Amino acid sequence: MKAFFALNTIAVLAPLIIIIAYVVVQGIGAISIDLFTQELGSPSRALTGRPTGLMHTIIGTFVVDAIALIIAVPFGLGAGIMLSEYPDHKLNPLMRVMNDTLNGMPAVLKGLLAWALVVKPMGSFSGFSGGVALAFVMLPILARSTESALMNIPWSIREAGLAIGLPRWRVVMSVIIPASKRGLITGLLIALARAVGEAAPLLFTAFGNNYMSSSLKGWIFGPVDTLPQRLYSLAISPYEQWHKLGWAAGIILFAFVILSFIIARVVVREKKFI
Amino acid sequence: MKIENKQNGQNITFNTRISEDKNAPSADAMSIRMESRSLSVIYGQVCGVKDVSLPIYDKRVTAFIGPSGCGKTTFLRALNRMHDLAPNVKIKGEVLLNNEDIYGSGVDPVIIRRKIGMVFQKPTPFPAMSIYDNVIAGLKLVGLRKRSMLDRVAEQSLRHAALWEEVKDRLKNPGGSLSGGQQQRLSIARALAVEPDVLLMDEPTSSLDPQSTTRIEELIAQLKEKVTIVIVTHNMQQAARVSDFTAFMYLGAIIEFGRTEKIFTGPKEKQTEEYITGRFG
Repeated sequence: MKAFFALNTIAVLAPLIIIIAYVVVQGIGAISIDLFTQELGSPSRALTGRPTGLMHTIIGTFVVDAIALIIAVPFGLGAGIMLSEYPDHKLNPLMRVMNDTLNGMPAVLKGLLAWALVVKPMGSFSGFSGGVALAFVMLPILARSTESALMNIPWSIREAGLAIGLPRWRVVMSVIIPASKRGLITGLLIALARAVGEAAPLLFTAFGNNYMSSSLKGWIFGPVDTLPQRLYSLAISPYEQWHKLGWAAGIILFAFVILSFIIARVVVREKKFI
Repeated sequence: MKIENKQNGQNITFNTRISEDKNAPSADAMSIRMESRSLSVIYGQVCGVKDVSLPIYDKRVTAFIGPSGCGKTTFLRALNRMHDLAPNVKIKGEVLLNNEDIYGSGVDPVIIRRKIGMVFQKPTPFPAMSIYDNVIAGLKLVGLRKRSMLDRVAEQSLRHAALWEEVKDRLKNPGGSLSGGQQQRLSIARALAVEPDVLLMDEPTSSLDPQSTTRIEELIAQLKEKVTIVIVTHNMQQAARVSDFTAFMYLGAIIEFGRTEKIFTGPKEKQTEEYITGRFG
């Protein structure tokens, strides 16, 4: 029996380890200072051995995901609070179904939606539209994680809050939310980690860009590079040198995702006040 | 405490209490602080409490006893509108506090609950809050920020809850770091901090060890000088020890109500006698 479980554990872990090992082996050769300090530029740069890198991609990833967080957090928190704190509200069953549907919806469709809602009317691919697309990815995860984080607090705590004459909303804001801070932050980081790795929603929203943008406006309202989409573009390019860069992009992406999970774990482990 | 004055449009003020204090009521001249009149609590189709009319005397301890599921807790929770959160609970009848119906139209349950506090079966320290913040939560979270005043209320409430000596050097520690009995006294201190007229206690010692139970019972005896107490208990000895009046409930109705010594020594109803002698329940 024990051997069976051990085998299962290995079966689960093996793909993860193989992927990490393969990406690192393939990409490690392309990791250099240039990777973090140079923009990609045209293929000729890489072909002629001039400095080239993914600095603009890393910055673009931060910009697009920050936009996504700014959009998704208020809605996701709001929906989660609604689901957990007002469980009898008549809109909740509908909201739950819609949330699950959104969660299961293919990411590429979320990109299409953001394209129709933002890119088309604004007339340009943009970091903002990419943020909207990723917000659709984050939203259902945030709503669910918020709900379960708040539900972890026993119902009697809410009644105790009411019993000292606090209004319901005040109990939520000042007692329940601070008490579930760790769960909320964990959920946020998991949603972020998920969105950071999505390429499909960005293909026709943030679109990609070989160069640094010259202004903040350019980062937000112009086409922007992001790691997963750049990885894809580099991988389908005909240049050997870019393939190497693609593996390096994979390593950076991995680092991002693993870092957010590590932060999530550290936050959870912090025992203060519980 | 003057926190209600601004928000309180319901004429429920503390004047009553002050005038009574001046007149120093004798043992027999008791006034009624709260009263339920033909109160029924209906859960969906099920009637949890049936047509209960009961006076609750000022600065006395009233105990509800009865077998599990007899409606004691349901009745208690109706006394500070705790059922408001559940959408399928219907309340019929009246509950008067200082002669005003707390279910009357336009009465804000938030203000009602500030006058009628509640302590629960399990201690409920607010997580992520220090001992100090727990005690003053009812004041601070409605906007009272005056440090000197909050400090004073915190000390006073903790003293009244017989917890001050044990925690005065670690007020900044989390409330959850205390023992179960201390947490329950912290919950009582927090309820007292908003100076309620009435304190409802729903089996406050059922999750505690015997020593902590004794502390809470001693505390109840001290507290009734300041506040009217209603306690639900499974433990008949406890009711006999702490209460001045006892109501025996069965199947959602009050079978008998009277002075505790009467109920326990010479009950009028056969059912009451059978219950307190342990023949059913």
